[in-house]
Amino acid sequence: MKILVAVKRVIDYNVQIRVKEDGTGVVTDNVKMSTNPPDDNAIEEAVKIKEAGKATEVVAVSVGEEKAQETVRKALAVGADRGILVKVDGVIEPLAVSKILQKVVEKEKPDLVFMGKQAIDDDCNQTGQMLAALLNWPQATFASKIEVKDKSLEVTREIDEGLETIEVNVPAIVTCDLRLNEPRYASLPNIMKAKKKPIEQITASDLGVDTKPRIEQIKVEEPPKRKAGIKVASVEELVQKLKNEAKVI
Amino acid sequence: MSRETMEYDVVIVGGGPSGLSTAIKLKQLDQNLNVCVLEKASEIGAHILSGNVFETRALDELLPNWKELNSPIKTKVTKEKFLFLGRTKSLSWPTWLLPSVQQNHKNYIISLANLCRWLAEQAEALGVEIFPGFPASEVLYNEDGSVKGVATQDMGVDKEGNKKDSFEPGMELLGKVTVFAEGCRGHLGKQLIKKFELDKNKDPQQYGIGFKEIWEIDETKHEEGLVMHTAGWPLDNNTYGGSFMYHAENKQIYLGYVIGLDYKNPHLSPFDEFQRFKTHPSIKKIIEGGKRISYGARALIEGGFQSLPKMFMPGALLIGCDAGTLNMPKIKGSHTAMKSGIIAAETICDHFKSQKDLSIYEEKFRNSWLHKELFQARNVKPSFSWGLILGIIFTGIDQILFRGRLPFTLKHKHSDHETLKPAKEMPKIDYPKPDNIISFDKTSSVYLTGTNHEDNQPVHLKLKDPNLPINYTLGEFDEPAQRYCPAGVYEIQNENNINKFVINSQNCIHCKTCDIKEPSQNITWVTPEGGGGPKYGNM
Repeated sequence: MKILVAVKRVIDYNVQIRVKEDGTGVVTDNVKMSTNPPDDNAIEEAVKIKEAGKATEVVAVSVGEEKAQETVRKALAVGADRGILVKVDGVIEPLAVSKILQKVVEKEKPDLVFMGKQAIDDDCNQTGQMLAALLNWPQATFASKIEVKDKSLEVTREIDEGLETIEVNVPAIVTCDLRLNEPRYASLPNIMKAKKKPIEQITASDLGVDTKPRIEQIKVEEPPKRKAGIKVASVEELVQKLKNEAKVI
Repeated sequence: MSRETMEYDVVIVGGGPSGLSTAIKLKQLDQNLNVCVLEKASEIGAHILSGNVFETRALDELLPNWKELNSPIKTKVTKEKFLFLGRTKSLSWPTWLLPSVQQNHKNYIISLANLCRWLAEQAEALGVEIFPGFPASEVLYNEDGSVKGVATQDMGVDKEGNKKDSFEPGMELLGKVTVFAEGCRGHLGKQLIKKFELDKNKDPQQYGIGFKEIWEIDETKHEEGLVMHTAGWPLDNNTYGGSFMYHAENKQIYLGYVIGLDYKNPHLSPFDEFQRFKTHPSIKKIIEGGKRISYGARALIEGGFQSLPKMFMPGALLIGCDAGTLNMPKIKGSHTAMKSGIIAAETICDHFKSQKDLSIYEEKFRNSWLHKELFQARNVKPSFSWGLILGIIFTGIDQILFRGRLPFTLKHKHSDHETLKPAKEMPKIDYPKPDNIISFDKTSSVYLTGTNHEDNQPVHLKLKDPNLPINYTLGEFDEPAQRYCPAGVYEIQNENNINKFVINSQNCIHCKTCDIKEPSQNITWVTPEGGGGPKYGNM
C-alpha cells in the first residue's frame, strides 16, 4: 500500500499574525513558517502505518512556492520516503490544490491520501473533500483514530456529537485531526538523511492545472479589538447594566 | 543510553553574526572543511535581537561584494541626533561634539536578524550545514581535558525528566575544533570560562539589558535614515543607560532602551523604565498614531576590553559576545563579533595546515583593528560608575581629546549581581500604568515575540536553592526577578498568606538577564527543548 500525504507551508502557529497595511493580505516577509500542524499528524500516521508493515511507501507532496520545499524536507526527516513539490507562486485556492493533487494521484497511484483536516492560515477545510469528489473516492474527515483493515480503513471521526466510527474502502482520502497522534521530532541524524532523499519538482502548468483564483478577495482586516471589561460594585448594578446597557435581559 | 555521533572538522555553536562569519570564512579558506552550525532557535535569526546601526568593516572583509548579493543592508544613515532628556524637556547635543566612535554617517540601519538569515544563505551556498532547532546543551571533553565537541539536547522529555513516547536522544557532534558563538552569557561559554579560567586576571564582565520595539509610524513623522540616541530621563544620574531610535525602511522605526545591569535599586524595573521613556514628549510625538508591531529583549555585553576573557582553550575558541567583543561607546557589537569570527576561521585554518596551537588566536587578535578598537573604548563604561555627568565629561576628554589613548585603564569593580542594595534602603519606584497605546504591559509584549516552549518539559531556569527566593531574596531585595525579567517569567504569588515563587518558563525570551543579575547567582539558564523561545521576525 502506498500513502500520499499532502503538507502545506503556513505561518508558524506561535507567530502573531499581522495584517498588511494596504489590506491585501497578511505579512509573511521574515516570518517564521512551519508545516501546518494537522499535516504533521497526517505524516506521522502514514509513517506509523508504514512502520507497522502495512504500507510500503510514504510520499509527501506540497503545493506552493519554492520554499515549500522545506516543508517537504521536514516530512522526509520524520519518515516520508520521497517528496514532490508542485511549484505555484502567489495565492492558490483549495479547488486548485485539489485539482493538482488529483493529477498527482493519477500519476502516483497511491491507495490512500492523507492530509490535515484544515490549514491554519485560511481555515478552509475544503481540499480533502474536494479531492475526494474529483477522484470519486470515499472520504473520512477529522480522523482521530485510524485502523488499517484488509481493503478498508476503520476511522474514528471527531464530530460535534462526539466520536463517530466509519469504515471506508481503499482507495480513500483521510483528513487528520490533531488528536490522531503525537508527531515525532525530526532528529538530527534523520534531518541529515532527509537531505539526501529525492524531491521531484514540477509546476502546476506541467500538470495542466489552471490555478487562477476563482474568489475575489476584497479586503483583509484585523478583527475589532475587544473592549476592556468593567467591574461592577453589586449584583443590582450588574442586573441593571445587563438590562439597560447590554439589553440582554 | 548511547547517542549517535557525527564528526566534523569544525562545529560552531550559535548561528549569529560571529558564528556565521566563522563558517563562511572557513569555507572560503578551505572549501573541503566539514563545517556545521547548531542554532537553538527554530530558524536562523529567530533569537537575534539588536538595534542595529551596522558598520560594514568586517563584512567588507568577509564578503566584499555584499552589495551585489542582495543583502538586507539598504538604509544608509543620513542624519544623526543626540538628545539629553529631562522630565519634560530635551536638549539637543550637536553631533560634531560627539566622540567620533558615536558618529554613524558611514553606517547602515539594519535588522540583524535579517542579516543573519542572509549570512546563513551565503554559508549554506558554500556548503556549511546549518541545523536550527538544535541547542547544544553540553560540552564534551577528551580524556586530556580538551574540548571534543558538544551534545545536542534530548527531545521529548517530560516535566519530571521522564522520556515521553516522542523521546529522541541528543546527538554528539565532535569537532577537531569547536567554536562557541552563543552570544552574550552563553550557557556553555559560561562553563568554559570557569573551567579553563579564561577570565583570570580580567575584570568581572559587565552586562546590560536591551529592549527593542518595532513601530510602524505615520509617514509624515518618518525620516528614513535618521539615527537618534538619548541619555537622561527616566533614569537617574547613577543608572547607566539610554535609548535608540532608528528610522528604518517601510515606515518602521526601531525603538529601544539599554540599561546597565549594574543598577543598584532592586525596585527598578528595566521594562517599565523603557515603557515610561516612550511617554516623554519628544518620543511620544513621533510614535503617537503609530503601531507597535514587535517587542523583544536581550542581555548584552558592556565590559569591553578589561573584561574580555581569553578566547582560546584546548580544542575550542570562544568568540563574539560569548566572550564579549561588543564596543560599548560605539554601541555596536555586530562588526566586532563578525571580526572575531573571521579571526577564529583564520586561526583554525593555520591550526589545521601548520599544526599551530589555537593560542595563535591571541596574536591575530592583537594585530587586528578589533583589538585597537576595543582598547580605545575601554575607559568609557567604567567612567560612568561615577554617574552620568562625570561619565560624560570624562568620556569627552578620553574619546575626543585623547582618542582612547590615556595611559591608564579604569577597572570594573563589581559583578552585576553584586550591585543591588537592600530593598529597604532604596526608594520604591512608582511606574505609571500602561495606556496600551504608547506603553504596554509585559503580557501583551511577550505575546508579540511569538514565544513558545513545549509545555511538558523540564523547567529550563534552574534554581540552585529552590527556597532562596522566598526565604532570602524576597525579604532582602523584594525579589527583583519580578522586575528585571522582561518577559514576566518570575512571579511571587501569595496564597493563604504563603508566598510562592513561580517560574513561567514558557514565557522565557532567552535574554539571560536572570542568570546575570540574580543577587545570589541562584538562577541558571539552561537550554530548553530545541526550537523553543521567541520567534523574532526582523529584530
